[in-house]
Order: sequence, then C-alpha cells, then structure tokens
Amino acid sequence: MTMVSFRLPRTGTPQILAFLTILLADRLVSSQFFDLRLQDGRLFGSLVDVFNRGAPVALLSLGMVLVIATRGIDLSVGAVMAIAGAVAASLVDSHSVPLALAAALGVGLLCGLWNGFLVAVLRIQPIVATLILMVAGRGIAQLITEGRIVTFSSPELAWFGNGSVLGVPAPVAITLGMLLLTLLLVRGTALGVLIEATGANARASELAGIGTTAVTIAAYVWCGLCAAVAGVISAADILGADANNAGLWLELDAILAVVIGGTSLFGGRFSVILAVLGALIIQAMNTGILLSGYRPELNLVVKAVVVIAVLLLQSPRLAGLGYRFNRKRMP
Amino acid sequence: MASRQEHAHPLLEVTGLTKSFLGQRVLDDVRLTLRRGEIHALLGENGAGKSTLIKAVTGVVQRDAGTVRLDGVEITPRDSEEAVKAGIATVYQEVNLLPNLTVAENLFLGRQPTRFGLVRDGVMRRDAAALLRGFGLTIDVGAPLGDYSVAVQHLVAIARAVDMSARVLILDEPTASLDAHEVEILFGIMRQLAGRGIGIIFVTHFLDQVYAISDRMTVLRNGRLVGDRETSTLPRLDLVHMMLGRELSQVTADREPRPIDDAKAPYASFRNFGKRRYLAPFDLALRSGQVVALAGLLGSGRTETARLVFGAERADTGTVEVAGETVRLGSPRDAIGLGFGYCPEERKTEGIIAELSVRENIVLALQARRGWMKPLARTEQDEIARHFIKLLDIRPADPERPIGLLSGGNQQKALLARWLATKPRLLILDEPTRGIDVGAHAEIIRLIRQLCADGLALLVISSEIEEVAIYADEVVVLRDRAHVTTLSGDRITVPAVLSTIAAETQHVT
Repeated sequence: MTMVSFRLPRTGTPQILAFLTILLADRLVSSQFFDLRLQDGRLFGSLVDVFNRGAPVALLSLGMVLVIATRGIDLSVGAVMAIAGAVAASLVDSHSVPLALAAALGVGLLCGLWNGFLVAVLRIQPIVATLILMVAGRGIAQLITEGRIVTFSSPELAWFGNGSVLGVPAPVAITLGMLLLTLLLVRGTALGVLIEATGANARASELAGIGTTAVTIAAYVWCGLCAAVAGVISAADILGADANNAGLWLELDAILAVVIGGTSLFGGRFSVILAVLGALIIQAMNTGILLSGYRPELNLVVKAVVVIAVLLLQSPRLAGLGYRFNRKRMP
Repeated sequence: MASRQEHAHPLLEVTGLTKSFLGQRVLDDVRLTLRRGEIHALLGENGAGKSTLIKAVTGVVQRDAGTVRLDGVEITPRDSEEAVKAGIATVYQEVNLLPNLTVAENLFLGRQPTRFGLVRDGVMRRDAAALLRGFGLTIDVGAPLGDYSVAVQHLVAIARAVDMSARVLILDEPTASLDAHEVEILFGIMRQLAGRGIGIIFVTHFLDQVYAISDRMTVLRNGRLVGDRETSTLPRLDLVHMMLGRELSQVTADREPRPIDDAKAPYASFRNFGKRRYLAPFDLALRSGQVVALAGLLGSGRTETARLVFGAERADTGTVEVAGETVRLGSPRDAIGLGFGYCPEERKTEGIIAELSVRENIVLALQARRGWMKPLARTEQDEIARHFIKLLDIRPADPERPIGLLSGGNQQKALLARWLATKPRLLILDEPTRGIDVGAHAEIIRLIRQLCADGLALLVISSEIEEVAIYADEVVVLRDRAHVTTLSGDRITVPAVLSTIAAETQHVT
C-alpha cells in the first residue's frame, strides 16, 4: 500500500478503488483476511500472500509497462522466466551463488536484447518478434534442464523464495526494490519521457532527434531483466526449475496488469506504479477466490468482469482514444 | 477530343458542398460541374480540399451541406459501394485492389460469374481477358495482380471501375507513380473512355499533364472554389496564380530590400547534394541572418529538399559544409548536433506528440540532444516552457495541457519553441503557415523576420508566394524534383516567382 504514495494518485483513482474493493470483498469471504502473524521473523497472512504471490507478475509488469509504452508488447516474458530459473537452478550447486544469479540475469538481458533487436532494428512486429522467444524460450529452458525438473539445495538461492527482510517476504522486498530501481531508471532520467514520445509518435520523435531505436531496445532489455528476476524468484520458491510450467501464461497476466494500470496498448503515457497495482489487483482476486472455496475456474470469469469494470472507470481515457480515432478519419 | 452532346443536365453537378472536421471547415460552398465525355482536372495544393471533395461526393465522408446530382437526379451515397452502384467509381493513388488475388479475381471480385453457387473460373478468366483487351492490355489474367507493375495495376483498377457501369470515373493522382510511357498509355485510355461519354475527374498536380489531357478544370484553395475554366483558354501563368496566388490587394508588400551579401561565408553549404529517384542534386548555401525560400508546386521537391538537408532522408551524392568544415549528415540526430532544426509540414504526424504536454513537447529536442542520462530538471523545464509560451504568445498559456488540444497555430508555435530551445543556427520551416488561421499567419511571419534578424539561417518552404516575397532574401524555384532557378534581391516579386514556377518544363511529355 505504501507504493501508492510515490506519486499522487492523480490518475490512479479507479485502480486504487478497485484494489480496495477487492480487498474488502476478500475480507467478506474470509474473516481472517487482514490477520497478520509474525513467525520466525517473517510476516504471514492472506494479505501478505497477495503481495508475495503477486510478486512475479508485478515484476513482469515493471518491464512490460515500458515495452507497451513504446507501442510494443513482449509475449516472451514467461519463457524468459523459465530460462532464467533453469540457469540459476542448474548452476547454483556447482558454482557460486553470485555467479548463478549473474548468469540468470545476464540471460534475461540477452533475451531482451534479442527481442529489442528484432523489433527496433529489423522492424518485425512486436507481437510476432516476441512470439519467437515465447515458443523457443521454453525449448531452450528444457535444453538447459535436460527435460527434468532441476532441484537445488542452496539455501542462499532458496532465500529468494522463502526468506524475509525485516519481516517482509523476500519476493515482496525484491519487487519493491525493482520498482524503485525502475522508477529511478525512467523517472529519474529522461528515459521515461523519451519512451512516451517514441510510443506516442515514433516519426515525430525521430525528427526531434530521439534515438528511437535505442530507446525501444532499452525497454525490451529492461523487460528481459525483470522477467529474469521473476524467474529466479519462482525457481527459488519451489527449490527447483520446472522448464514446462515456470511462468506459464504469466505474460498474459502481466499485459493485463499494465492495461488495468491504465497504460494504453497504443503506446505513450505510462505509469509504472499503476501497472504494479494492476498486478496486485489480479492477485487479490486470485487469492480471494481460493479463500472463498469457489472453484478456481471461476477466477477467469471474475477476472474478466473486473477488467471491464476498471476499463469503464477509466472512461475519460477511452473518450480520449475515441477522439484519436476520429482524428484519423480526417483527410 | 470528347463528344459534347447537349443534354438538359450536366453529367455530374455538385453544388454548395460544405464539410467540417472538428469545427474546422475543410470544404466551403464548393461547386463542380462535369459534362459527358469530359476530362476534368481537379487542382489545388495540399490541404486545398481535393480529397475531401472526392470523398464527400462518393459518400466516403458525409457532407454537411450541398447537393450532388448525377444526370439531374440527386444522389446521397452512404459509402463508396453505393456510389459505384449509382455510377461513380473512384480509383485512388494507392490502388485498393488485392495483390495476392489474380487479375481476373480482382476484376470480378464480389460479382464473379457463378453456377450453382460456384465460381466459374474459366468464364471469369475469359471475360477478364476480353475486358482488358478492350484497354489494349494483353496479360495473363490468371497471375496474381501483385506480379504486375503499378501501371498495370492502375489500368486493372480502372477497367474494373468502368466495367461496373461507371458513368463518372474519378482518378485520384493516377500518374504519381507512373513513368512517361505509362502515363501516355493511361491518357490514351482516358481519351477512349471520354469518347464513350464517360466523364472523368482527374486529380493531379502536374501542370504539363493538365494541359496534355484535360478539357476543363476546377481549382480549389483552402477548401474554397477558386474557379473553373476551359483548359484551352487559360494560360499557365493564370493557372498557377489561381492555385497559389491571392488577390494582391489583400497583402501589402512591405518588403524591405536587403542587399544579399554573397561574400559572407554561408553557415551551411550543400554541394551537388541529392538522392537518386528522390531529388536531383542541388547546390544550396544558407547564411546566418538570411531567409532562403523554396517555391514550387506540390511534388516539385520542396519537402524533399528539407528532408535531405535535415538528414531525415540520406543523400547518396554530394557534400555538406557547416561552418567551413565538411561534416557527416546521416540522420536527424546528426543535423541537430550541427545546430539544425526542422518544423515539418505534417505537423500532426511528424511534429507534435499529441498526448504529451506543451512543456514536454517544447523541451523534447533539447532533452534528446542532451541524452537520456542528463534529464532537464523540472524547474528548468518549467522555466523554458514559460519563457517560450510568453515569447511566442502560445495560448492557452498552460504548459501542462496536452499539445494535441491546442489550435494549429499554437501547435506550430510550440514546435518552433522546441527548436528555439536548442539554440539552433539553421531552422527549416516547411509550410509554417499551413492550416492555421489568418491572424496567426501574420504572427508567424513576424517571427520568421525576427528570427532572421537575430542571426538565424532560415530555409522556408511556402505555397504562399505573397508571403515569401515579403521575407525571402533568395527564392529557389523547384520543378519536377529539381532546383531550377534562384531569384534574389529585387528579382523576388510575386509575378516573377509565379511565372518561373509556371514556365514549361523543357522535356515534352
């Protein structure tokens, strides 16, 4: 909740309202929802679960929001998670932990660079360009794990899934750290506004002297890195790398989180914080339905309803899009 | 040339046609009369309203007011399909057929000969071949359309349009991508169709072609009708005047002649600079404190010159010297590094970033030049935005408003501010007064003169010859994608510029 206060919620009111409403709904189905317990120096409870389970998608949305702001999309993040997890898990017991981590993150960067190269240099449509790695990536991950679920015993790597910082679960703390780092990267420098300009009007940006190619590649690289971090956390969580299932379909949740966070798929203006809030909204729903005892299948339907609700609450933005379409019809 | 049977009604009669987009009137009380068997040229500069007129007549856009009568019967097609049914067919510059289907399929799409619901391919091909032979075209109609040249695709599109019982054929810049020989073939077919009594509206900006083919013409400017004339009785100079000129009484030529100082070293000089199939090599010297204007008709190579000078298109011949040193000019970033700035003609698609604020738009080029690692502090940005909003009187004076919500004139000023914030030495302005209201015109011109007095080198493209004559120190006239003449000093007068533009091209089409 503290995340919201970094920027005044000038544009994020619908998302905050949606998040609070869902938390209240969760409280209705589970009376212990807001209960917190401190056990072995780590907080437990349903609310903590929302943040903890939501961490991978929140991490993915940090990179995805930048890519979508450039008017792109990255379908490969789930596969990149699998690759990074596989690399970390298979290296950590034979090499040092820092090396395994560096290799996992490095692979994530490379994946992002590859996507960025396809999109920005070869000008392949983002959805097709990243589809390549979405499909091939899982194969690469399976090659690394040789088709098995690679387990590891390193307690240091396991900390990324089960450890805690001042009582806060490690995945949450890491996500918060990455959020701050992302904000520093895009709002502490001029990268954010250059991304917004590139996504909103690439031709005009090029003529204004923006290196749109480099800006676009940077967004994909950051997206790859965030996916790798998410992959390490997922692997650490289950003490092993499952190339088939790690991060499966999470790219869709990440895109959904960004859209719920109000960033348009047409590129341009974006909000990192609201994208993370979008990820938390999704997770709060998941957790709520699990707690309620309803069948988990229902989750998908509820998700769709919430998406529609949030989009309708953002109607000024929808009106803005309508304006944009109308203008395009002019001669 | 054309059979002029006397009928009670003209073939197509458009009267009082008016259309506004978002409160801006793009067509105002326009009239157009097309007779049977007539080839009628529709002329005007960019933004004059030619495309909108065609779209309003064929129902692609709905008109606000006015009537369209075909053979004396009022028609109001709701889309182009209804227009075709009524007998008005349009062939656009970008052929809107399907390149992956065969020629025959394209000709008969949506009206294939069938038996028991199945397409009779053999019959279709035979009919297609016969149809095209009538146009002097013998090609394999079973091959994909995309295998053929643009010229053939155009002819196929025309054949389809005419075969669908068109009485009126509208050709929107059909010759833009054709070579001289292909243009001749097209003209032959146009004459043949006119001989059959079909009325043809022919949109073009090549004056040679207007005189080669058309019987009559209608000229539009800024959404208004300038006039319609018989081609044979209208001298070229008068036509150019209709397209570009304005009643001279409207403009008081308060030109202050300044002696052009040739001895002064140019800030930037381009030698033998050009790009194949884009713009013939040219020499150009731009001096601080002077305005060089590019004049010519649409498609003559003015914007192409600007884009080459700014590095938006990469030249394949020639050299550039800036401040006495030979430099590399391969991208807008290079150009900006050399102190150049460029306000493009297409303000909405190439200039403003609509959803960003006025402040962000103003500091954009400066920020891009500093690089992403060195962000301008917010206070600095506010300072720059406030400064230029005040200096250029940008309204409303709200730096946080998305620039897309400003009027055209204010967007133009904000774009100017974007470049002025980079402290440029050379500024390229492509149609700086296009699409902005009359009051803002005068302000932009005042700004151009002020910038010039401040020591900037300026390269200005404008179709407003009267305005050019006021502020330019040198006028380069372009024709057919080449620089042809340079006028300077006292030789810059409206009649002189217009007659140079209107002069016949040397080669015969």
